[in-house]
Amino acid sequence: MTVATPSPIVGRGARDGADLFRDWYGDLTQASARGEKAAYAFVMGSMVELLRSFDMNVVFPEINSLQTAVRRVSDEYLSEAEDHGFSPDVCGYVKADYALQLRGGEHPMGRIPQPSVAVLTNACNTYLKWGEIWERMYDVPMITVDVPGTRGAGMKPSARGFERDRLYVEQQLREAIEVLEEVTGRPFDIDRCRDVMRLTNEMNRDWRRVLELNRNSPAVYDAMMDGTVYLGVANALRGTEQGAAYFKDLVEELEYKVEAGIGVLPAVDNGSKREQRLIFVGVPCYPIFRRFSELFSEWGGVFVSSTYTWFASGGLDVNFDYDLERPIESLAEGLLLGVQRAVDAMLFHDTALLEAIDEFDADGVVYHPIKSCRTVSTGLADSRRQVLDNRDVLCLYIESDMMDKRVVSEAQLKNRIDAFFEGLDSRALRRASAAAGGAS
Amino acid sequence: MVGTNVKLLTLTGSESLEESLEYCREIVEDAEYPTVRRWRATGGKVLGHFQVYFPEELAHAAGMLPVKLRGAQVECREADSHFGSYLCAIIRSSLEVVLTDRLKLDMFVTHPICDVARNLAGIWARNCPEPAQILYLPQNPNSRHSLDYLTEEYRRVLDDIEEIVGRTVSDDDLRSSIAVFNENRQLLRELYAIKRDTPWLLPVHEAYILVALGGLIQRDEHNEVLRRLIPLIRDRDSRKQDKLRVVFEGGFCEQPPLDLLREIAHFCYVVDDDLLIGLRWILEDVDREGTPLKNLADAYLNKSSYSPVQHDLRKPKEKMLLARIREAEAEAAIVSAAKMCEPGLDEQVPYSEALDEEGIPYFLTEFEERMTSFDHLQIQLETFVENVVFAAPGADGAGLQLVIPEGVS
Repeated sequence: MTVATPSPIVGRGARDGADLFRDWYGDLTQASARGEKAAYAFVMGSMVELLRSFDMNVVFPEINSLQTAVRRVSDEYLSEAEDHGFSPDVCGYVKADYALQLRGGEHPMGRIPQPSVAVLTNACNTYLKWGEIWERMYDVPMITVDVPGTRGAGMKPSARGFERDRLYVEQQLREAIEVLEEVTGRPFDIDRCRDVMRLTNEMNRDWRRVLELNRNSPAVYDAMMDGTVYLGVANALRGTEQGAAYFKDLVEELEYKVEAGIGVLPAVDNGSKREQRLIFVGVPCYPIFRRFSELFSEWGGVFVSSTYTWFASGGLDVNFDYDLERPIESLAEGLLLGVQRAVDAMLFHDTALLEAIDEFDADGVVYHPIKSCRTVSTGLADSRRQVLDNRDVLCLYIESDMMDKRVVSEAQLKNRIDAFFEGLDSRALRRASAAAGGAS
Repeated sequence: MVGTNVKLLTLTGSESLEESLEYCREIVEDAEYPTVRRWRATGGKVLGHFQVYFPEELAHAAGMLPVKLRGAQVECREADSHFGSYLCAIIRSSLEVVLTDRLKLDMFVTHPICDVARNLAGIWARNCPEPAQILYLPQNPNSRHSLDYLTEEYRRVLDDIEEIVGRTVSDDDLRSSIAVFNENRQLLRELYAIKRDTPWLLPVHEAYILVALGGLIQRDEHNEVLRRLIPLIRDRDSRKQDKLRVVFEGGFCEQPPLDLLREIAHFCYVVDDDLLIGLRWILEDVDREGTPLKNLADAYLNKSSYSPVQHDLRKPKEKMLLARIREAEAEAAIVSAAKMCEPGLDEQVPYSEALDEEGIPYFLTEFEERMTSFDHLQIQLETFVENVVFAAPGADGAGLQLVIPEGVS
């Protein structure tokens, strides 16, 4: 094992990501202070290429909400929404945002502008309910783009079927442009849109390279912990010069780490212990985010891949470049493919998961269904059975939430996680023993 | 083609209204699906569709039996291990009846009505032999292009149905089925008119039985049953009582137990509701002239009711609820949601706010299909009704909230 030479670029992705995020919230706060409004969009199918071509401020309410949990104040927001009648059993993101709106945009990272328009797809049904809340609160236009998904497990559309879906999305995007022109009072600038799409193309290529680089051993980043930072930048700064530059730098950093054999865990870097390579399925436990990660890393666990980086990247993991010669048609194709990829990663992920286990040489899979998100969580118990039937990996199934610390029990999580690693260690010993016996 | 006129009920036509209702209740509550078994015994194929709406004319025209999966009162010994916590009961029991061979299907269709329901396509594919798919009903019905899209989507599903039955379905087949379903919709409207105009003749649980029956037999036979029973209901010797006229909202997907509806009927006249709204989704006759698939798509989009799982800017749900209350001349509302049902629970907030603003009393509650104890509900509902009936005129409509305690079974 090569011992890494310290380099200033190691850790740059985490540092720059945090800085960019702070700046982004700073920009939103200034926009709010100037009385400007924003387009509200969601990470799955954000259509940010259109929004940026109108130079709109873009707010991602999902990111705002998860940040309240990471900053350990989500319970205040949830309580406020529940005081207004929301059930404890509905999505915590929605409730935190509802309270944020009641508070005039007050957020631990700054102040969020009010919406002038909401842009959403059916990638998540809660998006629709969420949009309806803003519609009632602010009476702002709500642009819904209906994106037909994969019709069934393994069902690939015919060329005609795909074109039919693509055209339907394109027609809706053209309708969306009409609404955005009305909201902003300015005509659509197709060349500006091309510029944004070009930058997204660059980010797309680099994002896929980032995901791919973790196939190396040792893993060069933790797909749940670091991956969430990368995801934040990928969404918030999609289609911007800053975002494209960030991912270019990140690829450089991670390639350097691969070259130098620098892994996530110090023990692994020193060659004293093999990392336990894990795949994360679900959404992280943000109310105890760092501690949640430590519960795995203390045992030498590293998340080499995460379905979160598949479905929450806005389609960046799809091998697709926008065709700048036919921007609207291509934007529709990208949106269709991106949303389908995201939804497939939640509804029909079992085959992709089996492939990932092989490609990333995974030792185990950690399923983390959460109360707040039924899109992600409904199929996990069943998908786990499929994985156990088809691969010789250990699977851990732990439930909590991404927002609501009332259903997060650190002690119970620790017990389950400890037992999981004891199982992994015991299996490794048995294998080593069997190999030694076979050798003698 | 297997005849759609195969009789699946054993009613002779000479039974009294009460005997007929009792028989229908047994059929509706029987988790062994006796009508479907009889259908299969004749060699017929079955298309199972999950809540809320499916264009059953497509299956009917192909000679399949469309069966509505609406959960069941069964112990989920097999299905529970396929699901985690924080999920509704209807998906568990719907999978249970299939995993335990109580219900055998040749095709399963679910819909993107909610994040749980669309997950069923993957779960079904991993566990059940029949092909499973999602019918992507549009969530942007306000687009100028949703009609063409949905027409094509119906064509795609019909192609898959044709493959299963091994024959082509013609436009004339579809027109014939549309005629059967138009009559069915008309009869169901008559049933609901009785509930609205003379609710003492048809309590909510009995109306529910008669509607639910349609999801278990061919509509041709359902029409025969309704044609015979509706006049008997009209001639019923029931006297009007001094009960509160209410609208029940929250039964669009998971269904409250029949006993819960019976309990409500003790205190209230339910003059309108959204129970099994998918079977009553289309509000007018579907055109038979022109292109049948396009007519069905148009009816779904433009001649339809509302529910929390359809997003349509023309139908703000709270305004639709107020209209339902007004049109039914109801005095109050029961705003309910199945436990863990995100769309239903989300909608309770704007419903409550709108009812507060209008000064309409409402009773806020949750239910679960496998509830068996209704003592708390009875007390709370009785209190609510007394509060509304005996409160001083002008008292505002502040809602009474009852949430079924955890662990109620």
